[in-house]
Amino acid sequence: MNDFLHSTGLQALSLQGFGPLLAQGTWMTLKLALLSLLLSLALGLVGASAKLSSLRLLRLPATLYTTLIRSVPDLVLILLIFYTLQLWLNDFTELLGWGYFEIDPFTAGVMTLGFIYGAYFTENFRGAILSVPAGQLEAATAYGLSRVQRFRLVLFPQLMRFALPGLGNNWLVLLKSTALVSIIGLADLVKAAQNAGKTTNNTLYFLIIAALVYLVITSLSNRLLKKLERRYNTGIKGLTS
Amino acid sequence: MTLSAPALSIHDSPTQRAVAAPNTAAIKLTVEALHKSYGDHEVLKGVSLQARKGDVISLIGASGSGKSTFLRCINFLEQPDAGSITLDEQTIEMRQGRAGARAPHPAQLQNLRTRLAMVFQHFNLWSHMTVLENICLAPRRVLGVSAQEAEARARAYLDKVGLPSRAADQYPAFLSGGQQQRVAIARALAMEPEIILFDEPTSALDPELVGEVLKVIQTLAEEGRTMLMVTHEMGFARQVSSQVLFLHQGRVEEQGSAEILDQPQSDRLRQFLSNRLK
Repeated sequence: MNDFLHSTGLQALSLQGFGPLLAQGTWMTLKLALLSLLLSLALGLVGASAKLSSLRLLRLPATLYTTLIRSVPDLVLILLIFYTLQLWLNDFTELLGWGYFEIDPFTAGVMTLGFIYGAYFTENFRGAILSVPAGQLEAATAYGLSRVQRFRLVLFPQLMRFALPGLGNNWLVLLKSTALVSIIGLADLVKAAQNAGKTTNNTLYFLIIAALVYLVITSLSNRLLKKLERRYNTGIKGLTS
Repeated sequence: MTLSAPALSIHDSPTQRAVAAPNTAAIKLTVEALHKSYGDHEVLKGVSLQARKGDVISLIGASGSGKSTFLRCINFLEQPDAGSITLDEQTIEMRQGRAGARAPHPAQLQNLRTRLAMVFQHFNLWSHMTVLENICLAPRRVLGVSAQEAEARARAYLDKVGLPSRAADQYPAFLSGGQQQRVAIARALAMEPEIILFDEPTSALDPELVGEVLKVIQTLAEEGRTMLMVTHEMGFARQVSSQVLFLHQGRVEEQGSAEILDQPQSDRLRQFLSNRLK
């Protein structure tokens, strides 16, 4: 890879020979962030529905979930979940007489981040659902749309308008939180920058490179979010142009 | 006095209205002794109603008299605590639902809702859909009508409520209140319902827009459609109603043909009408 970059005159991209390492780190960060995002969005929608349910049986665990997760630091949760998840799994497999089963750090990282940010997305979606005027769903009910149709055709497209600003915000926080999982042994962008810095004795340089990569990812996300916001704002007077 | 829209003749003196022969058509809808409470407050204390095919029934009364709640109980937007609803001799069965409350039989409820269409005070058009999408949604997704058929219906009913065809691709927020309410009426008509429920269809409109909506409703009345209407427009109620129900504190205080608006029997209705005419 380095030879290739040198031969094509793109030495600058090899970043003192650590370009590929940093690229791998970036890829790891992106994979972690996107998969955690999917998991936390799903948890958020389920959590918000549970919190707004008329059944106490659903409301209670959802409230417990958001309260607990949001009041403990991410770093503490990551360590707690990462170590206890493995311990529980060991107990579980032992109980069933199965062999030892190890959760790889990547899966653990995704599950941990998804679980933590699911709580924030729950509050996000809950607020958004409450912002949709009640009459919108009432009309859907009166015209005989089923529960699933009401959600898919009326509630979801409308709640997204209210949810997107908060979702975008939480996504950026989630993206940056992936740096925390380097402590459970994942070679993400920050870890790669640190390694490159230690080897070359030029930590500052590589940290600045890492910061720039984060900046590029967040700028691209912001663009995408703007597009999505425009899409979900159709039909709203004064916002569409 | 809330009457407006001087351009229309619908508020003219009651003597113009032909005295209708009593409606002898088959009974379409029977609502029996509906009760509804919110906490300790009993909003409906046993309200009943019988509509024959072609009836236009106006529900009048002061705010808080329970007339809107009554209308909303008929298609179960509110769950009545007691009483029965019968459409074409089929009474909606009540069973123990989720969380122990009384709930209507799901399939019967679904059937009922496809046959009763509702027009709301605040229109409740789906704001993220165009006018055309608003009208086509329920016929397509609930009745299973084909896309072409739904669109053809939508365009025909838009025309009927007096909207130009270019309105079809607009979003509701870009239309005036009167236009939005007419779209909502087209949305109701596209279900080809047996009964249309109007919940104060002109109360949220600017006075100068009331007339255009009332005109559409009057046309529907003349076509012999069965309609239940909560309204504050006394002149209009007198003009189109075959039956008037005056509700007071959750009970039917007086009931009869539109003549009761001219010759009220009860003190309360007399008082209510004189207050509105001040």
